[in-house]
Amino acid sequence: MTEMAAFIEDTGAQGPCLRVTGSLTLSGLGDFPQRLDAQTPPPAALDVSGVVRIDTVGAWILQRFVERTGAQILGARDDVQRLMALVHSAERDVRVRPEPPHPVVRVVGEVGASALVAAATLKGLVGFFGAILIASWDLLRHPQRIRLNAVVHRFELVGISALGIIGLMSFLIGIVIAQQGAVQLEQFGAEVLTVNLIGRITTRELGVLMTAIMVAGRSGSAFAAQIGTMKLTEEIDAMRTIGVSPIEALVIPRVLAAVVMMPLLGFYATLVSILGGGLFCWISLEIPPVTFVQRLQEVIPITDLWVGLLKAPVFGAIIAITGCFQGIQVSGNAEEVGLKTTAAVVQAIFLVIVLDAFFAVFFSQIGWI
Amino acid sequence: MDLNAPIAIRLRGISNSFGDQVVHKGVDLDVRNGEILGVVGGSGTGKSVLMRTIIGLQQPIEGEIEIFDEPMTGADAQTQLDLRRRWGVMFQGGALFSTLTVAENIQVPLREFYPELDTQLLDEIAAFKVIMAGLPANAGPKYPSELSGGMKKRAGLARALALDPQLLFLDEPTAGLDPIAAAAIDALIRNLSRTLGLTIFLITHDLDTLHAICDRVAVMADHKVIAVGTIPELLASDHPWIQEYFNGPRGRAATAAVDRNPHKGA
Repeated sequence: MTEMAAFIEDTGAQGPCLRVTGSLTLSGLGDFPQRLDAQTPPPAALDVSGVVRIDTVGAWILQRFVERTGAQILGARDDVQRLMALVHSAERDVRVRPEPPHPVVRVVGEVGASALVAAATLKGLVGFFGAILIASWDLLRHPQRIRLNAVVHRFELVGISALGIIGLMSFLIGIVIAQQGAVQLEQFGAEVLTVNLIGRITTRELGVLMTAIMVAGRSGSAFAAQIGTMKLTEEIDAMRTIGVSPIEALVIPRVLAAVVMMPLLGFYATLVSILGGGLFCWISLEIPPVTFVQRLQEVIPITDLWVGLLKAPVFGAIIAITGCFQGIQVSGNAEEVGLKTTAAVVQAIFLVIVLDAFFAVFFSQIGWI
Repeated sequence: MDLNAPIAIRLRGISNSFGDQVVHKGVDLDVRNGEILGVVGGSGTGKSVLMRTIIGLQQPIEGEIEIFDEPMTGADAQTQLDLRRRWGVMFQGGALFSTLTVAENIQVPLREFYPELDTQLLDEIAAFKVIMAGLPANAGPKYPSELSGGMKKRAGLARALALDPQLLFLDEPTAGLDPIAAAAIDALIRNLSRTLGLTIFLITHDLDTLHAICDRVAVMADHKVIAVGTIPELLASDHPWIQEYFNGPRGRAATAAVDRNPHKGA
């Protein structure tokens, strides 16, 4: 056990001084610095011959005290002198944190910085979209350059692996819509219209929209994190120097996978939601499955299916492009990967919902009500 | 070097394996108090794994580790924590926390182990450690991503020295540095070890470092430490790997350099 640092007042032969004992080390320090500073008047000398051990922090405490009060150090052994000389020679004005700017400057600066970031993101996104179009055109002219293995692998990751979670989510959403709808419609004695509600809302909106949100969370984030990490480890630079276009090798397969898989997943999600809703109707409203399916055929126009399925590939493209774009934006440190991944998911979901609103207006205008 | 100096690290029969791949099989090694022990070996001979085993990041499948005569293997959490305060580790890439400034990085172990220290003292300690590690004064408020490779190493060293450890583990302190920066790091390590009385466990590939600062060198091959000794002692060994290492073209160049500047040699 280390002996704690302490001092006692001593009116020795050389006049009044403090005799320091114990370990002047980090573990032995305790509240020694505070007690030493609290001495009034400050002693003219410190006798350190009784110090058992000392480290640079202990030496610093002594050195600091000497500088503040001009006290003398008596009885310093070799190691005490050596360490005090070391910390004295290492004394400079070193800041610990960057200088905090003035609050007004900071507010203005942050607003300006955010505006610039937003503008740069928009410009970058448009540029990135252009780069993808150019790369796609190149690939269309040289189809042998399409990386079929990479594309199929992405199909599996984006599509097949998502079946379980999207199925479960859609099934539960189907049940929730049916249950909530039935409670409300029951008040008008119109619970049979629950079938219309489930059928139309899932095919037109929820099937694809919820799938898009799930794909943005699962795959959009993965795209950003993967490409971001590759950027940090200089894999992207290595690709470029070898002559492989990162857009062709990394971005196109992911965009393609999202564009192809979104309608399939959306359709699947719609079916599973209807299944969930149908199950609820059968158990709770006693509408038998055969009647349920007949009603569905009567109330859902085929255009509802088109409304859902036409939106899906656009959503897929948005998700993949924002994910890959944010991944490419990573630079510097590991924290950036996290920030850009979050940005990818948030932007993807935001853009999907904005676009969904436009689609809703567009499809009603052309009469697909 | 005092041959009878007490032992700082004592390893007995350490074995490590990852699945079927055996890394260590019965490693014995003594590191004496106050010496700089260089650990060399081909890539994949388990130098870093050995270091990780000693500092408790890797549980050996068998064997015993004693640090300052206290058993590490099977010790309770409190004993291990107390021992952890007595050593500092510098990882290969610096392993600085990227969201903290250099000075804040140095304060992390201090805050963790000594929460009673006040902010002013913490700042002062971080300040002189920055300079002690040979960093310029303006490096304190910089973030790791703004530092060069050599400065990252120095910052890593400063953080390793934060708790004023008696024992320092350095994983390839000069790897990836230009010769001038590497020589400066060598000189810094030697100076610090002399002034602070440190015991240093140093993994390296750098022959110049071995010649310049190591008191003894341990050679790892065939899953164990095959030889420990000063460089002249190792040169006398007839193990083929040791011969090739020290008498290969690079080894001879480093020896020749020491002969030209004998005051730098170990």
